[in-house]
Amino acid sequence: MHSIGESIALAFQLVLTGSADLIEIVGLSLQVSLSATGFALLIGLPLGALVAISRFPGRNVVLAVMNALMGLPPVVVGLLVYLQLSRSGPLGFLGLLYTPTAMIIAQTILIAPIVAALSRQILEDLHCEYAEQFRSLCLNPWQSMEALLWDARFSLLTVALAGFGRAVAEVGAVIIVGGNIDHLTRVMTTSIALETSKGDLALALAIGMVLLTIALTVNAAVQMMRTTAARQAYV
Amino acid sequence: MFRKILGAAAIAVAANSPVFAEDGAIIVQSTTSTANSGLYDHILPIFEGKTGIKANVVAVGTGQAIRNAQNCDGDVLLVHAKPAEEKFVADGYGTGRTDLMYNDFIIVGPAEDPAGVTGMTDAQAALKKIAGEGALFASRGDDSGTHKKEVSLWKDAGVDPDAGSGQWYRETGSGMGATLNAGIGMGAYVMTDRATWISFANKQDYEIAVEGDEDLFNQYGVIPVNPDKCPSVNVEAANAFSGWLLSPEGQAAIAEYKVDGQQLFFPNAPSN
Repeated sequence: MHSIGESIALAFQLVLTGSADLIEIVGLSLQVSLSATGFALLIGLPLGALVAISRFPGRNVVLAVMNALMGLPPVVVGLLVYLQLSRSGPLGFLGLLYTPTAMIIAQTILIAPIVAALSRQILEDLHCEYAEQFRSLCLNPWQSMEALLWDARFSLLTVALAGFGRAVAEVGAVIIVGGNIDHLTRVMTTSIALETSKGDLALALAIGMVLLTIALTVNAAVQMMRTTAARQAYV
Repeated sequence: MFRKILGAAAIAVAANSPVFAEDGAIIVQSTTSTANSGLYDHILPIFEGKTGIKANVVAVGTGQAIRNAQNCDGDVLLVHAKPAEEKFVADGYGTGRTDLMYNDFIIVGPAEDPAGVTGMTDAQAALKKIAGEGALFASRGDDSGTHKKEVSLWKDAGVDPDAGSGQWYRETGSGMGATLNAGIGMGAYVMTDRATWISFANKQDYEIAVEGDEDLFNQYGVIPVNPDKCPSVNVEAANAFSGWLLSPEGQAAIAEYKVDGQQLFFPNAPSN
């Protein structure tokens, strides 16, 4: 059997030699998943805020659906997006299948519900505190949403990280809509799947460690940003 | 702060403007063995250097490759299941099928050989024996070319493995490599194409048990996708690719690809 040690050594070797292929794969992983996180925030935050401050019939059903969609299986999202983007599908004329754009679309659909559902909870809790104040200031819903999003910004960073983590780690959706094409749509998770299928378990695990390190770096960077910003905000 | 993050995200997205499919590129819907064994890494740079056409390979099982091509999501089909390929062409999805190259299937098993089939050259007899002994057998179970072949061998051998499904007959529903990993993990016999086996890195104590039966012949074919069915097909580039593969130069490139000194694919395009 392959030892973990062998993989760790291989991971260091991969990073230190800085192979062009690895850099390309890491770059595409970050490009796709960060873009998807950006779009998911644009969709999910306003949605989460809107539901947080609204009261309407059937709201519980909406909440249940939002929460359930957090568990969307990536492979199902991949299939749905494939069926739309396939040349024989309704959006086939765009020619987007097997491109990074298709991968961004799939991951956005995958993580937008996570952003919406988690931010809804955070903003609703905050709204409970602020509701009276908002009423006394006669804020309209848009102003309320803006104030909530702004005041919860540091907690929402964690939401963004949860979304990014889900996106960068999933393989089911991107392998279907991206096709794992070398030098075009190959990302870290699809490389891991490929090396596993070649039986090169040590290399697969080594790429997995690189992925983990990158996720750790992104999280650490956001954490630092948050700490610095919070310190400045409260000085 | 929040607005800045959103702004930064928007800029990041805009800067990494989406990459659309390039004009001089084709999608090859392919079986996995040709990709996993490294054949494309060897021949595609030669083809691209000569023609400037970028061939993007989507490597999935033969069944899925054919379905993707039927959905017009490919320009060329390169798979190994002749009856399914001929049906693809007969249904109008392909302009024509040509033999490209061959190798053979083998059955690999653990060194202790629980069913006592090592050294056999009669695939049907070996399968009967595996079933009779109730020895574990891991099947692709995914409608791939290898799986189609395996199913036809069971049928010819007069054994219905589905009766033992979940017991001694384990259908992984996965690719060749994943099935090998699983089979080796549970000590099961696995039928695989020789190219995947030779280049497979996680063999452990596994050895080739059954080989050399004519029934285990594995023919690969190439089919350009029909533009009448799929107007999006890059006809010129697709024909250039299949034409080059079938040309003496393409055939030579296939023949010269070796792993550990062993040739993986044997070109057999009709010469004319």
